[in-house]
Amino acid sequence: MNIVVLVKQVPDTYSERKLSEADHTLDRESADAVLDEINERAVEEALQIKEAQGGEVTVLCMGPDRATDAIRKALSMGADAAVHVCDEALHGTDALGTARVLAAAIGTVDSVDLVIAGNEATDGRSGAVPAMVAELLGWPQLTYARKVEVEGSTVRVERETDAGIVSLEAAAPAVVSVTEKINEPRYPSFKGIMAAKKKPVTTLGLAEVGVDAAVVGLSGAGSQVVSSAPTPPKSAGEKVTDEGQGGVAIVEFLAGQKLV
Amino acid sequence: MAEVLVLVDHVDGEVKKVTYELLTAARRIGEPSAVVVGEPGTAGKLAEGLAAYGAAKVYAAESEQAGRFLVTPQVDVLAQLVDSASPAAVLVPASIDGKEIAGRLAVRLGSGLLSEVVDLDAEGVGSHSLFGGTFDAKAKVTRGTPVITVLPGAVEAEQAAGAAATEQVEVAGVDEAKAAKITGRQPAEAGDRPELTEASVVVSGGRGVGSAESFEVVEKLADSLGAAVGASRAAVDSGYYPHQFQVGQTGKTVSPQLYIALGISGAIQHRAGMQTSKTIVAVNKDPEAPIFEIADYGVVGDLFQVAPQLTEEITKRKG
Ligand SMILES: Cc1cc2nc3c(=O)[nH]c(=O)nc-3n(C[C@H](O)[C@H](O)[C@H](O)COP(=O)(O)OP(=O)(O)OC[C@H]3O[C@@H](n4cnc5c(N)ncnc54)[C@H](O)[C@@H]3O)c2cc1C
Ligand SMILES: Nc1ncnc2c1ncn2[C@@H]1O[C@H](COP(=O)(O)O)[C@@H](O)[C@H]1O
Repeated sequence: MNIVVLVKQVPDTYSERKLSEADHTLDRESADAVLDEINERAVEEALQIKEAQGGEVTVLCMGPDRATDAIRKALSMGADAAVHVCDEALHGTDALGTARVLAAAIGTVDSVDLVIAGNEATDGRSGAVPAMVAELLGWPQLTYARKVEVEGSTVRVERETDAGIVSLEAAAPAVVSVTEKINEPRYPSFKGIMAAKKKPVTTLGLAEVGVDAAVVGLSGAGSQVVSSAPTPPKSAGEKVTDEGQGGVAIVEFLAGQKLV
Repeated sequence: MAEVLVLVDHVDGEVKKVTYELLTAARRIGEPSAVVVGEPGTAGKLAEGLAAYGAAKVYAAESEQAGRFLVTPQVDVLAQLVDSASPAAVLVPASIDGKEIAGRLAVRLGSGLLSEVVDLDAEGVGSHSLFGGTFDAKAKVTRGTPVITVLPGAVEAEQAAGAAATEQVEVAGVDEAKAAKITGRQPAEAGDRPELTEASVVVSGGRGVGSAESFEVVEKLADSLGAAVGASRAAVDSGYYPHQFQVGQTGKTVSPQLYIALGISGAIQHRAGMQTSKTIVAVNKDPEAPIFEIADYGVVGDLFQVAPQLTEEITKRKG
C-alpha cells in the first residue's frame, strides 16, 4: 500500500500567533514553526500500515523554505521520501488553493493507494482540506478517523464527531484524516534522524505541479480579509484563598454578576 | 429578494438549534430557503420549525441514499440548487460534517469560502475569531456564490414567520465509487445535560480531578447549574472523561456566559477553547496557575473542598 501523508508546518501553539499587518496573512516569522502534532499522528498511522502490509510512505508538504524542518522530522520518524511544494507565488493561498496544489502534487507520486492527513490544522482550523482533496481527486473520503483498518484494498474507519461514531467503508484509493485519539506517535530515533538526512526530498514549484498561478496566492484566493486586529486581552479579576468558605464566596460573586 | 440557501442540520426528525441561528443570519442577506437532505418523509417533520424561523421555502431533497453515504449527498444537492436557484449565498453549520460539505461545495462551484464565521452582515462580510479568540478578522467572498460556515451558538436565533413553501427536489444517485459508505452508527448519548457548544454555563475538570470516579464532583456542580460538562486534554488523556467533551485548541471552542474551571492549569491550548467566555471562575490549589490570569474570580484551594460547597450553596438558593 503506497501512502502519501499530508503534513503541514504550523506556528507552535505554545507561542503567540498573529496576522501580519501588511496583508493579514499568518505572520510566520513571529512564532516558532513546528510539524503540526496531528500530522505526527498521521505519519505514525501510515508507518503502522506500511509495517503491516509493505509499500512506500511519502510525505507531502506545501509551505515555505523553512518547512523542510517539518519534512525532516516526518522522515526521521520513518517515512521513505518527501515532496515539498515551495513557491513564492503560494504566499497567502487559501484552503481551496491549498487543496488544489496538494491534489495536483499527489498526482506526481507513483500509484498512490491512500492519502492520510490530519483532521484539522492548529493554525487555520479549516478542517476541510482533506475533504476538498478527496473532492478534487474524485476519491472517497474517510475522515475524522479514530481508528483505521486496511484489508486488501478495502479501507474501514471509525469516524468520531459530535454526532457520535459512524463506521465508514470504501475501496482504495481513498483519502483518510485522523483525529488526536488515533495513536501515540513514535519519537524519531538517533538512527532515524541520521537516515532522514539522506532520504530523497523532491522540491516542486507551482509550474511543476501544474497548478495555474491564478488560483493560488493572495490574489487567487476566493475570499479577502478586509480587516484584522488583536482582541483586547482578558485581564485577571479577584483572587482569594480558600479558608473554608471558598464555595460560598463564589456564589456571592456569581450572585453579584446575576449569574445565579 | 435573493434566495439564501441554508443547509438544515437535523437528527431523529428534529431540527438542531444551529439551523435557526443560520436562518436568522440568512435573513440579513436575503430570503432564506431551508435545504433538507434526508430520508423520505424528513422534510415534513421539520417544516413547522423552519417556518417559525423565517424559511420562505423548504427544499425537500429526500432519498434512501441520503443517510447511507458520507457528506457527498449534501454536496450534490447543494451544488444542484446553486445551479437552479442562483442564491446570494449558501450557509452551512460549522460542524465537522458542515465544514467538509462546505469545503467540497466551494471546490465544486469554484467559489470562495468563509469558514467558522461568528457574525455576518447584510453585505456578506463575515467576522472570524482566530487563534483561540486572540485575534479578530473580517473577510468577504470575492469569487462565485459565497459558501459560508457559521459557528454554532455565535448568532442569536430570532423567530420570524416564513411561508416554508415546500418544493420537492429530484435527487440524482450518489456516485458510489467516489463516496464512503456508512456501515454503522452509534449516536452520541445526548443525556440530560445541554450540549457543550450550546450551553450557557460550562463546568470543566482537569487533571486535578484525579480520576474518572471523582469527575462526579464536576458533574454534580454542573447539574446544580444546569450546565454542560467539559474537560481538559490531560483529563481526557488520563481517561477521566470522554474525548468528545474536550475543550481547547484541538477540542471544542466554547463561549458560555459562565465557565468554571476545576483543577485546570490554564495552558495556552486550553485557553484557546474557552477564553472568550463572558465570565470565568477558576479553582486551583496552585496560586501561580496561569488560569488565574484570565479568571474573573479565582479561588486558590482544593477543588474537593470548594466545589461541593459551591454545589450545596447553589442548591440551597434554588431550594
Ligand atoms: C498541539 C496541542 C494541542 C492541545 N490541545 C489541547 C486542548 O484542546 N485542550 C486542552 O485542555 N489541552 C490541550 N493541550 C494540552 C495542554 O498543553 C495542557 O497539557 C493541558 O491543557 C493540561 O491540562 P490540565 O490543566 O488539566 O492539567 P495540568 O496542567 O496538569 O494541571 C492540573 C492542575 O490541577 C491543579 N490541581 C491538582 N489537584 C488539585 C486539587 N485537588 N484542587 C485544585 N486544583 C488542583 C494543579 O495545581 C494544576 O494546576 C494541547 C497541547 C498541544 C501541544
Ligand atoms: N499546506 C499544507 N501542506 C500539507 N498538508 C496540508 C496543508 N494544509 C493542510 N494540510 C493537511 O490537511 C489537514 C487539515 O488541515 P485544515 O483543513 O487546514 O485544517 C492537515 O492536518 C494536513 O494533513
